Amino acid sequence: MFISAKNIFKNYGSTQALSDISFEVNKNELFGFIGPDGAGKTTLFRILTTLLLADKGSATINGWDVVNDFKTIRNNVGYMPGRFSLYQDLSVEENLTFFATIFGTTIEENYDLIRDIYVQIEPFKKRLAGKLSGGMKQKLALSCALIHAPELLVLDEPTTGVDAVSRKEFWEMLRNLRDKGITIIVSTPYMDEASLCDRVALMQNGKIMQIDTPQHIVGEFPRKLYAVRSSNMYSLKDDLLHFPEQHSVHLFGQYLHFTAREREADILGLRHYLEGKNHQNIIIEAIEPGIEDCFIELMTENSASNEN
Amino acid sequence: MKRFWGFVIKEFYHIFRDKRTMLILFGMPVVQMLLFGFVVTNEIKDIKIAILDYSKDNVTRELSHKILSSGYFVLDQYLDNSGQIEAAFRKGNVKEVVVFEPGFAEKVHKLGKANVQILADASDANTANLISNYTSAIVMDYVRKLNVNVITPMQIIPEVRMMYNEQLKGVYMFVPGIMAMILLLISALLTSISIVREKELGTMEILLVSPLKPIQIIIGKVTPYVLLSFINAGVIILLGNLVFGMPVQGSTILLLAECILFIILALSLGIFISTSTNSQQTAMFMSMFALMLPTILLSGFIFPIANMPLILQALCQLMPPRWFIVIVKNIMLKGTGFYYIWFETLILVLMTCFFIFLSYKKFKIRLE
Repeated sequence: MFISAKNIFKNYGSTQALSDISFEVNKNELFGFIGPDGAGKTTLFRILTTLLLADKGSATINGWDVVNDFKTIRNNVGYMPGRFSLYQDLSVEENLTFFATIFGTTIEENYDLIRDIYVQIEPFKKRLAGKLSGGMKQKLALSCALIHAPELLVLDEPTTGVDAVSRKEFWEMLRNLRDKGITIIVSTPYMDEASLCDRVALMQNGKIMQIDTPQHIVGEFPRKLYAVRSSNMYSLKDDLLHFPEQHSVHLFGQYLHFTAREREADILGLRHYLEGKNHQNIIIEAIEPGIEDCFIELMTENSASNEN
Repeated sequence: MKRFWGFVIKEFYHIFRDKRTMLILFGMPVVQMLLFGFVVTNEIKDIKIAILDYSKDNVTRELSHKILSSGYFVLDQYLDNSGQIEAAFRKGNVKEVVVFEPGFAEKVHKLGKANVQILADASDANTANLISNYTSAIVMDYVRKLNVNVITPMQIIPEVRMMYNEQLKGVYMFVPGIMAMILLLISALLTSISIVREKELGTMEILLVSPLKPIQIIIGKVTPYVLLSFINAGVIILLGNLVFGMPVQGSTILLLAECILFIILALSLGIFISTSTNSQQTAMFMSMFALMLPTILLSGFIFPIANMPLILQALCQLMPPRWFIVIVKNIMLKGTGFYYIWFETLILVLMTCFFIFLSYKKFKIRLE
C-alpha cells in the first residue's frame, strides 16, 4: 500500500469535517476523491500533506507517518492546493526556478518529467503568473508541484474553474504522469471526471460513501435508469414524482433521470400515466447510469439510513 | 544555503515589483524626515505681537524696537486702548500683547520703576510660556544696559551655555526620533505584511509543504529588509546632515552598527506580529498603532520621559525606540563611544532575542 489512512476524524469547532475516513491507495494509481464542495476533500488532503493534524486516526504515505515523519513527506510530496498558490508577481520561469531551488534541484535536472506540460507554457515563460489564463495557471502549478520529482502528487481540485478543453488536456497529463510511475491523488467536484481515475472514493459530508473503480461503481447501480423528456419539463418532474412506482427523479441537463421501485420500470404504464397528464412528445429511454447517478443514489440511501 | 538564497532572491522580486512597497520603503523616510524637520519645531521665530503703548515716549519706543528687532517677534499692530486687546487675541494672529503704562519714561527716571505688562495667548501653553520668557529676558537685558554705570552692591550673573546643541536647534532633537520611528515602522510594517500576504494568498501552504525550515523562511523574509532598511538609515543620516546640518560627532561605523541592531529588532517585532495574525489589514493596523503611537509618545522623542507619571515612565522603558534614541543622541551629538552606550545596546540585544525566540516558538509548521 502506498497510502493508507485509518479512521480519520477531524472537527472544526462543532462542525464535523471528516468522520471515520479509511482508504488505501496503491502505488502508481490515479486515485480520485469525488464530492461536492464541503465534502471534506481539502481537509483530508491537508492532513495527508502534513498541513493539518487529524483529531483521531492515522495515515501513512509510503510507510511514513503523517505526524511523525512530516519532514520526509514534505520532501517527497508534490502538493497543488485548490486555490492558485503561486507568486503572481513572478514570471512563469521565476516561479519554476524558485520551487526547483527550494526543493534543492534545478529545472534541467527534472526537465524530462515536466517537459510535456512545460512546453505548452514555455512560450510565455517571461509573462507574470498572475497574467496567465486559468488553464495555463494550472499547468504552471502542476509543473511547480512536479519539479522535484515527487513520489506522490496531491492535487486539490486542479480543474475547478478551468475550461473544458484544458480540463481534458489536464487529465491526459495526469495519466501520463501516472504511467511514469508517480502516484496521484486528486479531488474534483466534477462527477464526469471520475471515469478518468483508476479508482475513486465518493465523498459526502465528511464521509466516504464508496470506494471502487468507476466501472464497478456504475455497474453496481441497483436499478435500471431511464431518461425521460416531454414538451413540458416543469410539470413533468412534478408528475413523475407523483407516479406511484417512482423511486427517484433528478434533472440532468435536458432530461429527467428516473428510476422505479422495481429494478425495471413499467415503461408502457409510465407512458400512459404521462399521456393522461397531457404531456406531449414524450421520450422514455433506458440509459447507462453515470457516476453522478450513483452518487445521488448513494446520498439518498445514506440520508435514508441516517433518518432511521 | 542555495535554498535560502533562492528564497531571498524571490523576496527581492516581490519588493522591487510592488510600487507600494517601494514607495513606503524609500519615499516615506524622505518625506517624513523633511516634514518633521521643517514642520515640527518648537523654536520661536516671527511670532506676531501687538503693542499697546499708553506712554509713547523714547524709552517705550526703544524697548519696542528692541523686542521687534530680536528676530523672535514681528509687529502685527499697535493698539489704542485696552478694549482692543481681547479682540486682537480673538482674531488669532496675535500671540502676545505688550502694554506700557502711561508716563513710562518719567517713572523710570524719577521713581526708578515702571510697569510693562505682558499678555500671552495661553491657549497654546508651551508657546505662551516660551514667548513671555523671551520678552521678559529682552526687557531685563534692556534694564541691565541702562544700569551699566550704576554699581549694584552684589551681583550674580549666570553664564549659560547649551552643550551639544548651542543654538537649541529642534532638528537635533528630532532626527534621532524620526530615525527610530522610520526604521521601526518600515521594518516591522513591511515584514509583517509580506509574511501575512503569503498566508493570505495561500503560498504559505506550499512553502510549508516544502523542505524549507521555518527559520529559513523567516530569515529569508527578513534579509532583504535588513539590507534595504540599512540603506534607509544611511539616507536619513545623510539627509539630516546635508539638509539640517545635524552632525555625527561620534563614530559613523558605531552608529550604523547600532542602526543594524535596531533594524533587526524592528524586523523581529514584524515577524512576531505576522505570527499573531492572518490578515494583511490586521498586520498593518497592529504595526501602525502598536508601534507608531508609542514611538512618538513614549520614547522621549517629543515629550520628555522624566516629566511623565511614574506608571508611564515604567511603560517607556519597554519601548525599543526609547533606548535607541538615547544611543543615537549620544553618538551623533555627544560623540561618545561604545563604552557609554553598552547598557542601552545590551537592552536592545535582549529585546531582539526575546522577540526572535517568541516568533520562532509561535511560527506554525502547520496551518492551524
